[in-house]
Amino acid sequence: MDISKNNKILEVKNLKTFFYTDAGVVKAVDGISFDLKFGETLGIVGETGSGKSVTALSILRLIPQPPGKIVDGEILFDGKDLLKVSNRELQNYRGNRISMIFQDPMTSLNPVYTIGNQIMESITIHRKLKKKDIIKESLKLLEMVEIPEPMKRLNNYPHEFSGGMRQRVMIAMAIANSPSILIADEPTTALDVTIQAQILELMESVKIKTNSSIIIITHDLGVVAKYASRVMVMYAGKPVEFSTVNNIFYRPLHPYTMGLMESITRLDEEKKEELKPIKGSPPSLMDLPEGCIFRVRCKYAIDKCRKKYPPLIEAIKGHKVACHRAYEFLKGNLKNID
Amino acid sequence: MENISEIDELTTEKKYSRSSLYKDAWRRLRRNKLAMLGLAIVIILILIAIFAPLIAPYDPIERIKKDSSLSPGKAYFFGTDLLGRDIFSRVIYGSRISIEVGIVAVGISVVIGLFFGALSGYFGGISDIAIMRMADIFFAFPYILGAIAIMTVLGPGIVNIFIAIGILGWASFARIFRGSILSIKNKEYIEAARALGANNYRIITKHIFPNSMAPIIVYATMNVGVAIIVEAALSFLGLGVQPPTPSWGKMLAESLDYIDIAPWMMLFPGLAIVITVLGFVLLGDGLRDAFDPKLK
Repeated sequence: MDISKNNKILEVKNLKTFFYTDAGVVKAVDGISFDLKFGETLGIVGETGSGKSVTALSILRLIPQPPGKIVDGEILFDGKDLLKVSNRELQNYRGNRISMIFQDPMTSLNPVYTIGNQIMESITIHRKLKKKDIIKESLKLLEMVEIPEPMKRLNNYPHEFSGGMRQRVMIAMAIANSPSILIADEPTTALDVTIQAQILELMESVKIKTNSSIIIITHDLGVVAKYASRVMVMYAGKPVEFSTVNNIFYRPLHPYTMGLMESITRLDEEKKEELKPIKGSPPSLMDLPEGCIFRVRCKYAIDKCRKKYPPLIEAIKGHKVACHRAYEFLKGNLKNID
Repeated sequence: MENISEIDELTTEKKYSRSSLYKDAWRRLRRNKLAMLGLAIVIILILIAIFAPLIAPYDPIERIKKDSSLSPGKAYFFGTDLLGRDIFSRVIYGSRISIEVGIVAVGISVVIGLFFGALSGYFGGISDIAIMRMADIFFAFPYILGAIAIMTVLGPGIVNIFIAIGILGWASFARIFRGSILSIKNKEYIEAARALGANNYRIITKHIFPNSMAPIIVYATMNVGVAIIVEAALSFLGLGVQPPTPSWGKMLAESLDYIDIAPWMMLFPGLAIVITVLGFVLLGDGLRDAFDPKLK
């Protein structure tokens, strides 16, 4: 694998995924660029409808088409543009080199097959092995995701499992062929809090055991803070800030990120303040405002914001932000106004 | 890690494709008395059709002149017809035509319907529009009228009955299958399968088919009854099976003029049709309940 050059396993450049509906064009993802380093966990955060999941699905070209279409961009995996390969070739990447874990484990498993059957299927799609070896592999996978009594569990149906256990099965299926990238689309949203932590710990240990990288998509900032090394914040289909976890949480340069930080409880701060929600709601993706997409909800908006969309620029090394006033925040000239 | 012998046992003993859906359905079906009655009728009928030569006391087309138009009695359970043929034997042999038509014609409908339904539901777009408008055209024909039209063109005969009934029935199956595919293809486990690298063929055959067969099985079972009635109607009208081959519909037609003097000529083939259709409808109805997990 050619990762030695720049240490990047995946590079997404200017990705645009639009949905063509009767009511108009929905720009679900509009010019996303990011990269994933070997062995890292990248977090993508944003509120509902900000294009997180569409970004994830676009990487494996799983967007239902029509109405969806990837209109522009490049997705470079191992130097190869996944948007240019044939469908048949792409099937060799899906589940083999890049795997996905879905949000709802209750509906992501086929109800008419045993979980053994489904794990074995994920192996047989990509590898030709003897039946005995496939079963051995499956048992190993179930052990890796810490399901007790794998031998018995192999013959159980999905409805005989709890939500957390099913998510473990989904993870086992996703790592069946030791993929280089694991994309987790809100893997813990449907689970309760204690199980969430277990699943995230499991993904972390699996990442280390299988030498893979993870893209974790979530709206839970706590998850990102604990597990991701870098974070991309999305708003209305566009990236607004992309940096390390520390920068995002302690030195955010975009008013939206700042707003997000003010709207969550922080246990590490001395002074306890009331949570401040971001006023207003995200714009319709069919009818985005001119200029900066966040300006209508932004308390720092100036004239320039109305006219021109701020590009995502590297304000300081390793910290990209899409705001006209980022430098002012950086210098500390702008104090938090209310 | 468990030892190898245990794994061997697992490979040989367990069939992984067994689906809990069908097991559950069978368990629920067994509790439904009417459905089991239907199933019994259907099984007995099929056995009668297969072993007709062993059960029938007489040759169904042999004419015994001196015994013409006898009422039911010891020698002839169901009496004889105008030409001196044993009605009991004819009813027994008639089951062959009915069962054959029911199963083969519905089989043809199911195969055509599933193919076009899958095409329409899974791929959508222009193929969906074209296929569904074709189905609409077929729906516009009254079933019997359509069958009469086709039989008039093709001419009478058992094979042509298969074709006529089979072709007319595909549209309903295509629609039902399309509907269940549409509801299943956006389920997350289909997306998950695609994310695992499964191709269209695998997704349709391994993931969509087993999850959408239930309504097809139910409708096919009920449709066997309908096909049997249509065959009887066609034979009644002289467009179906040709004499002297015994067919229940034909027997009804032949007895038409003698209702008042020899009602048994009409009664027994008529009863046979009613019981057969009832059997399939009861079974189909029970299957519908059995496949509905809400009634668990």
